[in-house]
Amino acid sequence: MISADRITVIRSGRRLVDDVSLALHPGRFTVVIGPNGAGKSTLLKVLSGEMRPDAGRVAYAGASGGEKHPAVLARLRAVLPQATQLAFPFTAIEVVRMGAVAQGALEPTAAARSALVRVGLLGFDHRPYPSLSGGEQQRVQFARALAQVPHAVEDGVPRALLLDEPTASLDLRHQIAVLEIARAFADAGGMVLAILHDLNLAAEFGDHLLVLDQGRVVAEGTCRDTIEDAVIDRVYGIAGAVGRLPPLHIPYVLPQSRHR
Amino acid sequence: MARALAMSLRSESDGDRTCRGPLVLILLLLLVAVAGIVSLSAGPTGVGLADLWAYMRGDAASLSVQERVILEAVRLPRTALGLLVGMGLAVSGAMMQGLFRNPLADPGIVGVTSGAGLAAVAAIILGNGLLAPLSVLLGAQFLPLMAFLGGLLNTWMLYQIATRDGRTSTTGLILSGIAIGALTGALMGLLIVMADDRQLRDITFWSLGSLGGATFGRVLSILPFVTLVLAIMPFVASGLDALVLGDAAAFHMGIPVQRLKRIVIVAVAAACGSTVAVAGSIGFVGIVVPHLLRLAMGPSHRLLLPGCALGGAALLLFADSVARTIAAPAELPIGVVTALFGAPIFLFLLLGRSGIGMRDLP
Repeated sequence: MISADRITVIRSGRRLVDDVSLALHPGRFTVVIGPNGAGKSTLLKVLSGEMRPDAGRVAYAGASGGEKHPAVLARLRAVLPQATQLAFPFTAIEVVRMGAVAQGALEPTAAARSALVRVGLLGFDHRPYPSLSGGEQQRVQFARALAQVPHAVEDGVPRALLLDEPTASLDLRHQIAVLEIARAFADAGGMVLAILHDLNLAAEFGDHLLVLDQGRVVAEGTCRDTIEDAVIDRVYGIAGAVGRLPPLHIPYVLPQSRHR
Repeated sequence: MARALAMSLRSESDGDRTCRGPLVLILLLLLVAVAGIVSLSAGPTGVGLADLWAYMRGDAASLSVQERVILEAVRLPRTALGLLVGMGLAVSGAMMQGLFRNPLADPGIVGVTSGAGLAAVAAIILGNGLLAPLSVLLGAQFLPLMAFLGGLLNTWMLYQIATRDGRTSTTGLILSGIAIGALTGALMGLLIVMADDRQLRDITFWSLGSLGGATFGRVLSILPFVTLVLAIMPFVASGLDALVLGDAAAFHMGIPVQRLKRIVIVAVAAACGSTVAVAGSIGFVGIVVPHLLRLAMGPSHRLLLPGCALGGAALLLFADSVARTIAAPAELPIGVVTALFGAPIFLFLLLGRSGIGMRDLP
């Protein structure tokens, strides 16, 4: 389990994250939604250990106090950042291989190749990263994260995937493909946290939903119950957009219905 | 070297460079051997290859006494010095480009070398006065150590000035390089006023670079610094690779980013500083060699760093052979030679089709 306890981050006098607590449980797919500037990415940075909060603390079960050591954290969680630019023309496989090396893979090149296959980039091994499209670059980065935590549970310790807008710049098919991989990771006992903007994807794939606005938690609960009119109206200012598919009770969000 | 690299460049388009790296390393090793032999035999007093070969096999009688003195007391230390200086310059260039995540970061262009040169000049001029106790205490290591400290100060300043939130812009890098260069230039001017005739000649030597006056003493004085830099190569290679994805991503992959950066800054300063102390500032080796090798073997530092060590050594030995033969019996400063072919290559790479063009300049 990864738990964040009463996290507050203050930058230039603004409370980017304000007293937020969140726990990632094994087997659970947690989704964070919220408008731009709500503090989602900041929260993810704190959870990953990259940013030190001004108040509160993050604890990794399995790190046994080694949270300060990057190498300890690297074994427990992988992070997919938003768009990544490279200064030097590494190939796709070289980028993914770095994740496998961080994991301590015995055969990092083979591990990297299978991660590329998982994200549907078979045959992209030797393509220079800068020559790939934005969506392909994003999938290479996702493959790198997968290569870093190839198994959801290892030595009895569940691993985590922290994904910052994993579906941004992906086409519809690959949005679903990436989230299906993340879903399978959670189902296998891993922890997943994803920042999403597409509420329909959040409703379909997520278990647990955290709604942030201006650094604060506005709502928290199961995705099915939390995506409802009152919450969406309060956070995004769009009323009457949430409908429900009767058989599955999965909410769908149709912004056009605000005109009804 | 050019032909070997051209061959490698031609196969750039077929993508897989995993097998090419070791091949390039072997070619470079051969190139260093050739460059070493050329460097031993070339010069105003030519030593024939056959005689040299016989001598190396233990037949001391194959050379005249005069030839043997030249070989043992002049050419051998000079070749050894060129080897070490070339290694230090090219490896520190590659490390610096990895650190700044910018293919245009070169210790010479961004002013680290000038900082080391300033410290070296200060050591020469103040060595008899203000800094005399230190000079006596450290002996032969005084000059390289001072240059190392000067380089360290400049690298650190540059990093603080040009880097915001872990990102270094080319503009910031070059502008702060200019600012630091102006400052060191001014301080150099101050020192020149205080210098006597002999010291003035030394100062000219620092600014253009030369392997002339190489002695085994000088070789020994930079040996620990260059060895240090070569020794850390395998430990920083994967970290520098990860750093290409950004500070955050490198941290996510378990790299202790701040520690890595500190180590690299010290290594770059050690290599630049010590080479400047013994050979003056020799430009373009630190940028041309990593550039060409990235094209030939890919940007991964695991192979790039050792490749740069070999490529830098070969380039410097060839350049030095040219410097001392082209205008014989006079000798060109080696910095002039490296700049003469380095600057056009640099320009070509900057504008060129090789994937490291202007579009990368923010």
